[in-house]
Amino acid sequence: MPENKEAVRLRGISKTFGHVAANTNVNLSIRHGEILSLLGENGSGKTTLMNMLAGIYYPDEGEILIDDVPVQIKSPKDAFDNGIGMVHQHFKLIDVFTAAENIVLGENADRMKIDRKAVAAKIREICDKYGFDIDPDKKVYDMNVSQKQTLEIVKILYRGANILILDEPTAVLTPQESEKLFRVIRNMRDAGKAIVIITHKLQEVLSVSDRVAILRKGECVASIDTVNANEKILTEMMMGRKVDLNIERPEPVNPTKRLEIKNLTVRDREGNLALKDISFVANSGEILGIAGISGCGQKELLESVAGLAAVESGSIEYLPSDAVTPTELVGKNPKQIRELGVVLSFVPEDRLGMGLVGSMGMSENMMLKSYENGKTIFTEQKAPRELAGSIKDELEVQTPDIQTPVSRLSGGNVQKVLVGREIAAAPQVLMTAYAVRGLDINTSFTIYRLINEQKKKGVAVIFVGEDLDVLLALSDRILVLCEGRITGILDARTCTKEQVGLLMTGGTGVESNGAEQSK
Amino acid sequence: MRAMAQSKANKEPLVHVVRKEDTTTLKKWMLRVIAVAAALLVTGAFVFAVTGINPFNIYGAMVTGTFGTPRRIRNTIKTLTPLLCLGVGLAPAFKMKFWNIGAQGQMLVGALAASFVALTFRNLPGGVLIPLMGLGAILAGALWAVLPAIFKAFWNTNETLFTLMMNYIATFWVMYSVDVWKGESSGFASFKQIAKNAVMPVIAKENFYICTGIVLIVAALMYIYMKRTKHGYELAVVGESEKTARYAGINVKKVTIRTMVLSGAICGLCGFLTVSGIDFTLSHTMNNGFGFTAIVVAWLAKFNPFTMIGTSFMMVFFQNAASEISSMNANATEYLSNVISGIILFFLIGVEFFINYRLVFRKNGKEGK
Repeated sequence: MPENKEAVRLRGISKTFGHVAANTNVNLSIRHGEILSLLGENGSGKTTLMNMLAGIYYPDEGEILIDDVPVQIKSPKDAFDNGIGMVHQHFKLIDVFTAAENIVLGENADRMKIDRKAVAAKIREICDKYGFDIDPDKKVYDMNVSQKQTLEIVKILYRGANILILDEPTAVLTPQESEKLFRVIRNMRDAGKAIVIITHKLQEVLSVSDRVAILRKGECVASIDTVNANEKILTEMMMGRKVDLNIERPEPVNPTKRLEIKNLTVRDREGNLALKDISFVANSGEILGIAGISGCGQKELLESVAGLAAVESGSIEYLPSDAVTPTELVGKNPKQIRELGVVLSFVPEDRLGMGLVGSMGMSENMMLKSYENGKTIFTEQKAPRELAGSIKDELEVQTPDIQTPVSRLSGGNVQKVLVGREIAAAPQVLMTAYAVRGLDINTSFTIYRLINEQKKKGVAVIFVGEDLDVLLALSDRILVLCEGRITGILDARTCTKEQVGLLMTGGTGVESNGAEQSK
Repeated sequence: MRAMAQSKANKEPLVHVVRKEDTTTLKKWMLRVIAVAAALLVTGAFVFAVTGINPFNIYGAMVTGTFGTPRRIRNTIKTLTPLLCLGVGLAPAFKMKFWNIGAQGQMLVGALAASFVALTFRNLPGGVLIPLMGLGAILAGALWAVLPAIFKAFWNTNETLFTLMMNYIATFWVMYSVDVWKGESSGFASFKQIAKNAVMPVIAKENFYICTGIVLIVAALMYIYMKRTKHGYELAVVGESEKTARYAGINVKKVTIRTMVLSGAICGLCGFLTVSGIDFTLSHTMNNGFGFTAIVVAWLAKFNPFTMIGTSFMMVFFQNAASEISSMNANATEYLSNVISGIILFFLIGVEFFINYRLVFRKNGKEGK
């Protein structure tokens, strides 16, 4: 492979936050006409490193060379002046503006002076060149996630970026959308752009990139050509040791009906229909995976079972293992559900904003659902402290003390605290939303193990996931939601990723195979 | 274009701000001491420049303002009592992130209710009348606070504006009542003073010591309430995140209303204590706008009722200092003393930035504090 011209060289870059070294002496080159994957576990410093290129942070040490010339990047504007553009994980678009308005935003302070025709022409030119599909007059609030991402990329190309950084671009996309994205990325590479993709998904690295740079604990430990890499090699480089990447899937033991949802219709906070007449069953000793693009209603589904959403119609019936008569959960809040003796554990998507109290320590967080225990007006101190201590030991939570505010812990440790508490309640139903989002491989596998343990104990597990590979490997059945409707319930042991992906976007080409529920 | 950008951009930024994670308690207090020292230095220089008074005389005056005579020490405690009471009253509301700016109004309606009771039942013996006044004040304060709480809980109105507006209603209502009651002859004697049997008993030659005792007990109880009780836990969770509270099954509306009843009740109690034990009369200017000063007291203490003893003392100390300085020289008026208070507060609040952040200067430069 011919060596391409170097676009960026990072030399001895270091950055610390407080006492935490996010990057230590990183040396890295990014070349024109090449797709570089920046691979590393969460907290390995990938995003921090790229944020220094994008002008969000300023390095403590080291220098940055663009086209062999040393530069100082103090602000995003400096980055743009140097031809660097970054698409962040959270899009930075203005909802009420059109695509074109978002693109020229910041170019010219005066919105009235924009030559709309010229802008539209230039956008069209960019789209034709690389194969983007975008409507310049569409408002951002009418766009789906994939379209917003496309808009972000076109925006930075419009501003003349030659070096594009994409932070976890596929985290929000369906497999089909990801493929579409990879196609345009390859087109951009062929046009000579330098492209960096920040990711922790191995399959993606292997399929799209030309070269991989691996970060571990803030240091760049290796950089190899993708042709010489495979999943095993990359994982070992990322982790610094050998790991087993197989997710266990025990056979369900004696599954019985635990939760029956019938004709459930739910509105979200804005009053839009989030779930439309859905019916399914969750069995004990079984993991029911839920797949769907973001906003398809999976959040409302879990919240309505947990007693947190306004159910418009339908029923949610709970059947304890030893009773015949079901308990109706609709119309009850979490406290009333608890008082019925139903132990429902719920690991919500928003860990610090819903599942935990950030400013409180582990110990105080343990009592979030049990603070009313005891007859006096005072809260119990001893039991939560002991529980916090045992979770800290068993799940190896890294925290200075069980009184340290949990918001100061890293994402993986926060999730261990939350999952630990929910499992400690000895649930009959366990619901998790994006349980491993943002977690490193090690912690993710800890979480899978904990979930499987619950399954073996006969708990009915509902697992909302975004990584289809994980969903297919862990679940027994997969329920696919699209725009608030169930588009299929598949047997996870036999279905394919493509089938699920198609159902996620509402495709009707595939009939749900096998495990369709009777109403 | 790039060359241009480089010529502009080729210098490192002079300074950038970095968050500090782990400042030790000792270091925090050292920084605060440094801030006070800096404030004194600037104050001294400023006053000297304006009035020509020797800065050391100024510092001396600041100390004598509070500690000069036994009488001044007593006066300091007397001033501190209502301020601490209001700070403690605000603590649970602020902890719940309910921005109750209405302590002033809640105190005033409390005072109004206490005065009304004192006037209406002036023939009752003190042992009955005084508790009755207290009860009236607590109810009135609670009522004044519960209205914005109900509106917030059910219709999500802005509590800051609501409580602020309630202050004006309370102020003018007090002015009106004083005007009306002034006309009545008996008991209130042109409304200069409340009747004798409505006045707190004397302990160690002063009426207000009982008030101080009550406030300290309330502060201690509030500390326990916030740290150890189920109610305290609930309000802390609601303050952190309503979503988390709902997830835990906490009734957010109930907690909001209950906490504000408590907050308003304590502010109302302050009005009663002031009428019965400190001022012996009703006035819309009572306690010098402490309802607002108490916000600073509560924030500086991070809503910890015990720390508030320290922060409210500090506020009174600087107030005393300022008025002492203003009596030293013809150029030193009470407006000057307000400027001085402002300078000192600026430093005290400003130092919190240096406690939480660190400045990193360009290479070879030293690290900021």
